[in-house]
Parts: sequence; structure tokens; C-alpha cells
Amino acid sequence: MIEEQKSIHVTPAELVEKVQVFFNDGWRLVQIGCTRLENGLELNYSFDKHYQFCNLKVFVPLNTPEVPSISPVYWGAFIYENETQDLFGVKFPGLVLDYKGSFYKTSVKNPFNTCSEQINIKDIKKDLAL
Amino acid sequence: MTKRTIIPFGPQHPVLPEPVHLELAVEDGKVVEAIPSVGFIHRGLEKLVEKKDFFDFVFVAERICGICSFIHGMTYCIVIEEIMKIEVPERAQYLRLVWSELSRIHSHLLWLGLMADAFGFESLFMHCWRLREKILDIIEETTGGRVIFGSCKVGGVRKDISAEALGRIVKVLQAYEREIREITDVFIADGSVKHRMSGVGVLSKEDAYHLGAVGPTARGSGVDFDMRKLRYGAYKNISFAPVLETAGDCYSRCHVRIRELFQSIDLIDQAARKISPGPIEVKVSGFPDGEFFARTEQPRGEVIYYAKANGTKFLQRLRVRTPTFANIPALVKILQGCDVADVPVLILTIDPCISCTER
Amino acid sequence: MSLFSMSWVVLKSLFRSPATVRYPFVQKHYYENTRGKILFEVNTCIFCGLCQRKCPAGAIMVERKDKKWELDRFKCIICGACVEACPKKCIHMEHSHAKPAVIKEKENHIHA
Repeated sequence: MIEEQKSIHVTPAELVEKVQVFFNDGWRLVQIGCTRLENGLELNYSFDKHYQFCNLKVFVPLNTPEVPSISPVYWGAFIYENETQDLFGVKFPGLVLDYKGSFYKTSVKNPFNTCSEQINIKDIKKDLAL
Repeated sequence: MTKRTIIPFGPQHPVLPEPVHLELAVEDGKVVEAIPSVGFIHRGLEKLVEKKDFFDFVFVAERICGICSFIHGMTYCIVIEEIMKIEVPERAQYLRLVWSELSRIHSHLLWLGLMADAFGFESLFMHCWRLREKILDIIEETTGGRVIFGSCKVGGVRKDISAEALGRIVKVLQAYEREIREITDVFIADGSVKHRMSGVGVLSKEDAYHLGAVGPTARGSGVDFDMRKLRYGAYKNISFAPVLETAGDCYSRCHVRIRELFQSIDLIDQAARKISPGPIEVKVSGFPDGEFFARTEQPRGEVIYYAKANGTKFLQRLRVRTPTFANIPALVKILQGCDVADVPVLILTIDPCISCTER
Repeated sequence: MSLFSMSWVVLKSLFRSPATVRYPFVQKHYYENTRGKILFEVNTCIFCGLCQRKCPAGAIMVERKDKKWELDRFKCIICGACVEACPKKCIHMEHSHAKPAVIKEKENHIHA
């Protein structure tokens, strides 16, 4: 194992104050990522300080994908939030620099916001037999 | 009352290696604001994990970028190995280190050439790329490809380097150091180069840390971190210190990369002395289940791979955050207040690799 | 601060031999490990289809009942995955690259 990675689950309402605590303590924002789960979207906010790694997980339901923006605290977060907005359709009220959907100009709207297709059982059986 | 003009920079520009678009708001010949716009090479490679087997995806991960190709493949292999708790043999880890450092040397020489081209010094550009050819020859001799190495796989490496070949490579690199120093001394000492780069594009230490800058962009401003200190792979047995400069301008970022070049030659020498014979791969069986964040140091900074697997042969999610993506807010900050003529030099000083940025 | 520090390098390169290779009059030097053109022996092939499954670019097409093996060289990325996957070792890699072609066609091999 290279390093211990802590994960803390937070709700969208308490996200900004938790992030402010990280900022005051001197943590650096590493990335903001999003994963499409079956019944919602999961956002990962990763922070780093002196090679220690900490991760905040926020779960958002599909019908109201809204999370308050952390760009007033970390100005550099605007590119990650614009990317998530374009690829997954999550809204970030309070975004400092909002491209309004034209950061990535894709022909399909929110292309990553689809669940992966059902895995073909026959493919797995064929691989195991060989 | 000064008039504000909007100048569009890019996506096609003679100095840019890859297309990026910037809207520059200019007043009186000085840039007041810059708004970046990316998305010209967006291929949606992260979605391809749902169609390709996790074992074969390493070929796609390598081809996210041509310059930093090996470390992309290696980080993908590290993230799968950490999820599946696979122990990679020690010889394979040392070989991965040797190839990573060769990748770093060739990337920095490429960047030095592009930087010289940015302020019009074409003969220096050609000499830097001539030096790079020797490194590409070494890479082709050991892996089979000049740019896309194709030598990393989940569980180890695909090709071996014999002890005699490794000894020869170290001797060649050490003899080559003198020729490289001849050219890099021009960057450090020449008056015309210093005039274009000193005092231009200053990024303070607090700004670099809070905006999330990584790699030589941050180390040129004195922020002390280098992901190789996480001691992944064979780096736990190698001793080195991150290269730091404090001035925060283009000249110090250039100096950081030149010093890292010579540090990489020294790291390859250390690895060649500590490597021992043994197997180069382990057999991989089963499917990954779990999630992990893998962080490694690319030539441009910290790259982070997040993989989430659910026990089938396809990964559920792969997220790649490349160093140039993290350096874009720092670029926007550097551009505020500079002259219009300095814009190409400043864009190149963060070492933009746009095909990495937008996978 | 020094001026004209490149002059010594420029003078030296006046008297050195050129750094480039005069291709096509002089051929490029290939190494033993160089990944190059794919060669195929159709009579050893058992048409299992493993190479088709392992190919990341989808350049190989195998048909068991017709005993046909097809390679689209324009899609091939010469990664070598098929060479490692073949159980009968009937796919080999040459050390030099394939020459450029003018017509886009797929290569067919049919078992004798």
C-alpha cells in the first residue's frame, strides 16, 4: 500500500464550511471528480497537505444535482466545477467563472451522465472457460 | 479613458504545440484579463473503460499523451495493482523507474526546444531536439518504440533490460552530460535569453499553493513538493531532494527543469547500481473490486488517477487529472498584467500538454 | 551575463557531420527490440480468435468456419499484444516498419 487514503462523507449543505476548515489549515486542492452511480452522482473532493491525502465524498440525487460551489474559497476550483457541469450536468450555484455549459463543446449534452451498459454474461463465461 | 480590446489567442498559433484558446482583454498593450477555453482535443477517453477490458486499457492510457506517455501507462498499472493488491517484483519496479526518468529527460529537452522557439531562437531549438534524439534512440533500443513505449503492463513490465545494456546506457548518458550542459548553459547564462525570461510572469509562493499549481510551475516559486517523495515503486530506495527555486519567474521555472534533467541522469545511475536479477512480471487473475487514488510525478507535475471497480472485467469509472489541468488557474493569474508580446513565453512556461488536459 | 554564448556551438556544428540521416538514400538503423511490421503464418494458425480479442485497435478479424485471418494494417498500432497472446506463436514482429501504401486495403490470409 503506497499511502493511507481517508474518505469522509459529507452532505452538500455542510460542504463549504468543511472546505473552509481545510483552507484555513493549509491543505491544497488536488482535484474534484464525479462518478455516476446507479441512483445518483458521487463527487470526490481531494485535498493534500505534506503528502497526506484526504477525500470528501458528496452524494447528489439525480433529479436535483446541485452542490454549492467552493470556488469562493479555492479560486482554482472553477475549472474542475465547469468540467463536471459540462460532462455530468451538476449545477454549482456561486461559481466564480461560469462558462455556462460551453467549457467542453460536445455534440451530446452531459455525455458522461449515463450508467455503463449491462455486462454481457456470455463474454465473462467465455473468458473463464479459455 | 483607456479602451479595452479583446484579442483571441489560439487555437492555431505558431508557438503553440497543441491547440488552446485564450481570450485576452488588453488595455494599453498590457493584458488585464485572460479567459482560457479548452476542448479542442476532447476524445472522451475516460468513457472507454466501459468498453475495454481493464487489462487491455493500458494501451489506451498510454496514448492519452505522446510526451508523457510512459508515466500515464505506469500510473494506470499502479492504480489497478493497488486495488487488486498485487505485489510487483522489484526488478520490474526499477525498470519502471529507469523508463520514467528517461521519459522525464526527453520531455524536458523537448520543452527547452519549444521555449527557445517561443522567443525566436531557432538554432537553439534545433540543438535541443538534436540532443533529444540520442535519448529517443536509447528508448527505442530498450522498449521498441520511440515515443509510445508500450512496455508497462498490469503486474510488471513487458520487456527486460540486460545488466550489460543498462551499464552501457548509464555510461552513454554520463558521457552525454557534457554535451547537454553546453546547450543548457546558453539558457542559464546568455544575456538575450535572460532578458526575455527574467522578471516575467512572477507567481508568488502563496498564489502557487492556493491555486493548486503542481510540478516545476510550483517548484519554481518555492513550493516544496514532488510526488516522487511518496516513495511509490522503486523510489523508496533512491535518495534525492526536490529541485527548488524561489524567484517565481519564467527564468526560475526554466532553471528548475534544467536541474531536474541532470537529477534524472543521477537517478538512473542510482537505480542501475541497486537493481538485482529476478522476475519482471507476476500473473494477474481475477477482477478488481474497490477504489484508489494513485498519484505519480509526471514531467509536468502531479498526475492523479482515480479508479472505481465493481468486480467485473470493466472498470466502473476512471478519472484522470493531469498536471496541465491543475496549472491553468496559475496560468490565468500569471497572464494578468503582462505585456502582449510576452504571452507566448508565459503560456509555454507552464509546459502545456493540452492533449493530456482534455483526454 | 554573457553574450553570443551560442557562437561556439554554432561554429562546432559547421565542422561536424550532419545530425540527420539522408533517408531514403540511407536506411534508418533499427534495433533488435524495435516493434515493426506484423508477419503471420497462416498454416500454423488454429483460428482460436484470441488475437482478435486482445487487439486494442480492432485490426484483426478471424473467421473460424472460412479459415480466414484478416489484418487491417491501417488500424494496427504495432503494440505487440497479438504476438504475446497467440498460443501457437504464429504471429511475429519484424524489426522494420511497413512501407507506405497508396491503396487502403485489408490483408487476407486463408488456410491452405
